[in-house]
Amino acid sequence: MDTWLLPILIFLPLLGAGAIILLPTRDSYVVALWTTLIALAIGVGALAGFDWSDAGAFQGELSVPWVPALGLELSLGVDSVALLLILLTLLLGPICVAASRTAITERMKTYFAWLLVLQAAMTGVFAARDLAFFYICFEFTLIPMYVLISLYGSSNRRYAATKFFLYTFTGSIIALAGLIYVVYVNATSSYGSGEWTFDIATLQSTAVQMNPNQQGWVLLAMLLGFAVKVPLFPVHTWLPLAHTEAPTAGSVILAGVLLKLGTYGIYRFCLGFTPGAIHEYAGVIAILSIIGILYAGLICWVQQDVKKLIAYSSVSHLGFCILGLVALNTIGVAGSVLYMINHGLSTGALFLLIGMMYERYHTRDMEQIGGLARKMPVWSTFMVFFVLASVGLPGLNGFVSEFMCLIGAFQSDAIDQRAALGTTPGRLGPWYAAIAASGMIVAAMYLLIMVGKVVWGREREPRDHHSHAVLPDDLCAREIAVLAPLAILCIALGLFPTPILKAVEAPVNDTVEWVWTQSGNADALARNPENTVEVAKAEGDK
Amino acid sequence: MSERLAYLSPEIILFIGTCLVMVLGVSPRVELRKLCAFVAGISLFLAGVTGAGLGDMPTSPFPALVPYAKGMVGLVGVLILLLLSGTVDRELESRVAAGKEKFDALKANRAEFYAFFLFSMTGLMLCASADDLIWLFLALELTSLPTYVMVTISTRGTKSQEAGVKYFFLGALGAAVFLYGFALLYMGTGSTNLTVIREVLLTQADHEGINLIALAGLALSLIGLSFKIAAVPMHAYVADVYQGAAASVSAMLAFVPKAAGFLAIILLLGTVGWHYGVADTSGHALGEGHSLPESLRIILWVMAVLTMTVGNVLALLQNSVKRILAYSSIAHSGYMLVGIIAGPRGADFTSNGLAAAMFDLLSYGLMNLGAFAVVACLERNGEECDSIDDLRGLCKTHPWLGWTMVICALSLLGFPMTLGFFAKVPLFTSAIAAGEITLVVILGLNSAIAAFYYLRLAAPPLLDESAGEAAERTPYVDRVMAGVLSAAFAIGLVFIAGFVMDRAERAVAPSVFADADTHAAADDASDHP
Repeated sequence: MDTWLLPILIFLPLLGAGAIILLPTRDSYVVALWTTLIALAIGVGALAGFDWSDAGAFQGELSVPWVPALGLELSLGVDSVALLLILLTLLLGPICVAASRTAITERMKTYFAWLLVLQAAMTGVFAARDLAFFYICFEFTLIPMYVLISLYGSSNRRYAATKFFLYTFTGSIIALAGLIYVVYVNATSSYGSGEWTFDIATLQSTAVQMNPNQQGWVLLAMLLGFAVKVPLFPVHTWLPLAHTEAPTAGSVILAGVLLKLGTYGIYRFCLGFTPGAIHEYAGVIAILSIIGILYAGLICWVQQDVKKLIAYSSVSHLGFCILGLVALNTIGVAGSVLYMINHGLSTGALFLLIGMMYERYHTRDMEQIGGLARKMPVWSTFMVFFVLASVGLPGLNGFVSEFMCLIGAFQSDAIDQRAALGTTPGRLGPWYAAIAASGMIVAAMYLLIMVGKVVWGREREPRDHHSHAVLPDDLCAREIAVLAPLAILCIALGLFPTPILKAVEAPVNDTVEWVWTQSGNADALARNPENTVEVAKAEGDK
Repeated sequence: MSERLAYLSPEIILFIGTCLVMVLGVSPRVELRKLCAFVAGISLFLAGVTGAGLGDMPTSPFPALVPYAKGMVGLVGVLILLLLSGTVDRELESRVAAGKEKFDALKANRAEFYAFFLFSMTGLMLCASADDLIWLFLALELTSLPTYVMVTISTRGTKSQEAGVKYFFLGALGAAVFLYGFALLYMGTGSTNLTVIREVLLTQADHEGINLIALAGLALSLIGLSFKIAAVPMHAYVADVYQGAAASVSAMLAFVPKAAGFLAIILLLGTVGWHYGVADTSGHALGEGHSLPESLRIILWVMAVLTMTVGNVLALLQNSVKRILAYSSIAHSGYMLVGIIAGPRGADFTSNGLAAAMFDLLSYGLMNLGAFAVVACLERNGEECDSIDDLRGLCKTHPWLGWTMVICALSLLGFPMTLGFFAKVPLFTSAIAAGEITLVVILGLNSAIAAFYYLRLAAPPLLDESAGEAAERTPYVDRVMAGVLSAAFAIGLVFIAGFVMDRAERAVAPSVFADADTHAAADDASDHP
């Protein structure tokens, strides 16, 4: 993979944003659309240029010194996991722009410029190989999102945006302290590299040698930052509000990519830097995520507001994602990575659909609206489709990843049973999976109830409803074009998950092996090679 | 003696400038009177350049602090001067210019105002090169005394008179406290020369322990200096005074006395700690007992924690931009105190708390100035607008001012990609390096609290629509320029942060290592012929 690809992907949206500011307002949409489309094309090119035989290695690496006194470098590079997440970001880019065509009528320049800046920052997070650069991008996503929510959101938007900003900022400041501590240990301890550097690879090899106490504190600090973003129970309270108040594209990006920054952070740093501690506390994190799955699921059940329902369902779904991560075995972690992408596709699409409905009816209240299947057949078809994908219908994408996460949790301590060696690779077990699986039933209930009311049910429209001046009753071609790629990907990833699983197999394997060896379970791994990867086998199980 | 004088050349330039300004200001010719600000600016600029170009001052306990501080004072001073334009003289001058009134040197106060400002800056520069307690005291007072007058005459309202009185009496109390501290320090060590005091204290520490009277003297000095830096326990005046004075003068108050106070604290604490902290230039090893005496560390620790927390929490409750910035000034003093506590642990910038504090001081001076400049530039019927509501929609109505506010508020918050972030990270790293984990957590939480009120400053200009009668921009373009330049620095300095950090790090290297440095430099030179 060429080294210029990643910087281009970061700077292109920034250039686009600059162009939007300079050009007249009527061009904003076109410039934004073309910028994101070109970025997507380059992203696909990167996919082709990526050396898949060595997917676990970081490719396209580039490193430029920045602030030497602080050891800062602009250093980039991706493995297949990061690359796929970047592609998700790039894919959602034009979709969000196109979805905002009619919804945003005022202050378009500001809107599209910030949208592009946001895309640059998110790409930077996934591409960063320098901790400080990662953190800077991670934090910088806050500003565009804050602006998008508080300028273009619904009635309570300022409060929601502020709450979102404060929650995430507080969490990440603590995470920063934890990460700097690792940098400090690397610079001063006898086992560190002895120099002040933010290079992730160097830090990783140092961090794992910290004693359990240190690792525990660092993990806690990092989790405070990442868990807010995911969000994990009990720090999820900002999310429903932010989602509900955000404009459609904001919600899509929030659900599609921003939440993944948290899970990606846990995957990259909690597993990478503190394998011993994550192994130790996997159970606690899993319990929190299971509480999140069930609690948020039950909240969804009583929601009137469709968008809020989907927002809470994100909390519930991301619980599965974390559960798979802390299962600490290949199938769980691979499932979790896959889940990050699948959730971005299906939940992103659901937010788009609700946005389209809102644009026509100006309400999201299930009591006021119903029986849309008759009025908007195309919309209803997509709605049912994406709800089923989200529920986890076999054959669609949600099922594969959710199932893998649960299997991962189920088998987490499997070596113990099979080999009776006394050491366990993971801390979870069948009970975790069993309780979490009940969350799938809850998910089916609340989502299907919602579909039942809104799509079928008695035909209802808000009393003061008039036909939309610009939009037809049912979806227009642009809206279908926005939804279609997502639908195709949902089917593709549902029926043929093998290519993508193969793609993430190498880095996931490396990560799991890393956690096992570094947390003192090297011997367990050596004794049971069967457990290393069997992604393909999981397919067979299905 | 003459050698010492050479190191005072910036101050001498400033003094000549001051005399010129005073003479020009009473001239009956308006063109000459208008030259006051210009002459002041030129002399500040020259002083700054000369100061930055000075070599290390051998008699000072921190030889390289002299050029760093004087360069910094020159830079921020010129910006403050731009901001000060039109503060005191607009009404009288405009009437004289319109021919409505005859010029009366007794009524005009332009000359005094600029002269006092230059005196204050001279005092600040003198602080940096102080090597003696008496010198230090005089320099500190020279910094502060003119500001009392400047606060009082900055507006015609009674509020600034009230502010001036408050500031003066509390300032006098603070000065009395640290002067008492200096006296005790003299009593405990038998000298007023900082280098001698250091040696005496070192000997005492090695034998019977540091003289308690000297220790009490240092503690009292810290308490007294907390007035200058706007830290707990002497922070109570800050909000009222900053609000009462004109915004341009408040901007000066937030930087000049603070810088003087921190320079004094570094010089004073340098006599009792740190310098034995850095064992050698290669950055290895700190032995036991090489940091500040525990009692002083506890005092500083409590001061830092209370200052950060009080400043940030009280800032949450304010609606006036000036008061928010006043409490943010308190909070920032707390952050810088964290750097002081951490001290210069290692050889590199990241673990050098003093360098972090010095760098933070510079960046705070710049970004804070930008924020105050926005207030100073907005007016309605000749009155300043300092309510948050007046900031609404500023990015549209006055883009330069609006964006200055957004950038400076985010920078004060320490948001990534701004100067503030690069100033805050070293404070974190140095405190971690010093093992002050609790302090780091408190610092982190405080930064998070601060996010709330800095957002209240950054969001309205960008996001809201202006409501009601919009504020007008001041006719003084200099002020706008001061603000925009500060904001430009808050972004631009990031790109040369490495260079400034190197300077800051060198600035706080104590003289005991000057020899070692020369050796190292000689070694380097021999390595690269």
